[in-house]
Amino acid sequence: MAGQVFAYIVYKEGKADDTALELVKAAGKINPDASPTAIVTGSGSDLDAVCNEVTASYKEVWKFDNEALAYPNAEIIRQLLVKVLPADAVVLVAHDTFGMDLSPGLAIMLDSTFVPDVVDFEGLEGDTLKAVRQEFSGQVSTHVNCDLSNGAVINVRPGVFQADGAAGVGGQVIDKSSEIGELVLRRRYLETVEAEVGDVDITKEDVLVSVGRGIEDQDNIEIAEELAEAMGAVVSCSRPIVDAKWLEKSRQVGTSGQTVKPKVYMALGISGSFQHLGGLKGNPFIVAVNKNPKAPIFQVADVGIVEDLLEFAPVLTEKIAEGK
Amino acid sequence: MEILVCVKRVPDTAENEIEVAADGSDIERDDLVYSVNEWDNYAVEEAIQLVDKAGGSVTVVSVGDEEAEEVVRREMAMGANNGLLLSDDAFEGSDGKGTATILKAAVEKGNYDLILTGALADDGAGQVGGMLAAMLDLPFASVVNRIEVMDDKKLKIGREIEGGNQEMHEIDLPCVLSIQTGINEPRYVGIRGIRKVASVEIPVWGTSELGVAADSVGAAAARVKRLDYFVPDLGEGAEILEGSLEEVADKLIEMLKAKGGIK
Ligand SMILES: Cc1cc2nc3c(=O)[nH]c(=O)nc-3n(C[C@H](O)[C@H](O)[C@H](O)COP(=O)(O)OP(=O)(O)OC[C@H]3O[C@@H](n4cnc5c(N)ncnc54)[C@H](O)[C@@H]3O)c2cc1C
Repeated sequence: MAGQVFAYIVYKEGKADDTALELVKAAGKINPDASPTAIVTGSGSDLDAVCNEVTASYKEVWKFDNEALAYPNAEIIRQLLVKVLPADAVVLVAHDTFGMDLSPGLAIMLDSTFVPDVVDFEGLEGDTLKAVRQEFSGQVSTHVNCDLSNGAVINVRPGVFQADGAAGVGGQVIDKSSEIGELVLRRRYLETVEAEVGDVDITKEDVLVSVGRGIEDQDNIEIAEELAEAMGAVVSCSRPIVDAKWLEKSRQVGTSGQTVKPKVYMALGISGSFQHLGGLKGNPFIVAVNKNPKAPIFQVADVGIVEDLLEFAPVLTEKIAEGK
Repeated sequence: MEILVCVKRVPDTAENEIEVAADGSDIERDDLVYSVNEWDNYAVEEAIQLVDKAGGSVTVVSVGDEEAEEVVRREMAMGANNGLLLSDDAFEGSDGKGTATILKAAVEKGNYDLILTGALADDGAGQVGGMLAAMLDLPFASVVNRIEVMDDKKLKIGREIEGGNQEMHEIDLPCVLSIQTGINEPRYVGIRGIRKVASVEIPVWGTSELGVAADSVGAAAARVKRLDYFVPDLGEGAEILEGSLEEVADKLIEMLKAKGGIK
């Protein structure tokens, strides 16, 4: 039987991230009998507040308080975890930019198995865990067998294990700060530079016409702008459009961009990666235009149009204009 | 500065419809268009720009079959100085740790100040850079979207985190960084560039050249084993509108009006 299950808790300004609850749910899916232990690192009152908060959903909460941990620097936290975790630990971490930073190296240092970006678990048999992952930008899924005999670090995709809310388990906080020991600082956190604010605030818009790589060329952005104008909407986009410098960063929807809550979202030539969809909240009416009928965006869209957007969008624009 | 950039040849998901093969054991690979992994291309561009400023050389390395040579050559056409292909039947079926084990051996045969990987590749794992750093006992940073050389002992780097905010760090050299897209604008590679490197010899190293034990890599050593590929049945999905462009537009306009999508 696999070892003790742990969950690393991410938090901000003294409040646990949604993933704190999602990891409890994920642990239950791995093994219904598991009672995961929360690990919370940091310093001072924010740390205490989060430890107390997560006692509602974790029976045991390990607290590590140290000034060097004040900012969550994965390079330091990894050293700490290697010292304090049992050899066969199964560690759950949210697959965000912190989890991407921490986990692969942690698994190597613990000599355990790393399982990245898991979207589902399908049972544990002995030491073998069957998990579901996605490949090729979510176009196909795979089952993987993971060997947990030496423990594992498992990164869980945020948002997929929807939690029902804290269970009120009334757990206890165990202060483990004395076990921290010496920490080596080969990567030193300096500051966080906030993303630039642009000319429009897409987070406040009701209707967005969003363009992805399918727009193919900078000159074609106009096609989306004309459609947006006809609809009374604003243009937003996926990451490759910003990488190519065709639109400003402030118009990017997704985990590394803006979180938007429109009523209507038109996705033109966007495949529907989880990083993109992670920025789309509030259950909007989604229209997807994509020439690939297998594009993952069609799984989340309400209405799909399997066409070349460069042909379809101008027709739509014209028809809307005619009707006005 | 001596820089090693790890690159992977992948099916281009922007160009291909990925389909599961009939028996579910693989995807249909016959008609796929392959290219260099998008993130890796940014990493190579960054390495070239760093060397342009600070001197040194860029080596591009790929773990793969003989066809992976084409992406190594392409990145050399971009301006990388050296290429290296790590290929052996024993490498087949490696998991992330296996790939990192192979790369580690290649790193140890050189003398690199900086090792770059892409933040992510076609398997969506984003694991090789972090694993490689841990195996080499070097500092690591992921999703890097800015690199500034401070002196020959350290870099100032930015990590692009949630919300597009940038987390700035100082990191000791040598180190391993995984690169995020958008860090630069990768240069265009023309036919002339490709021609220039067409006949350059690219060394191929296997287990014996690398000193890697065959049973420490490949399918047998993998602790994460892929069982199949499948397309999940996710309920209803979108209602697909059919008809001519005009008919579809008319139907959509009615729906948009009902939902407040046309003001
Ligand atoms: C840490 C991290 C953070 C990230 N953050 C974000 C983020 O915040 N936002 C974000 O968007 N991405 C983000 N990404 C990138 C993400 O993984 C995807 O690479 C990206 O979302 C893909 O954008 P896309 O859908 O526009 O392009 P692609 O995936 O290339 O899809 C293009 C689509 O267009 C279709 N198409 C092509 N031509 C046409 C045509 N003529 N007509 C109609 N359809 C066409 C294709 O079939 C395809 O489905 C992040 C990645 C990482 C690693």
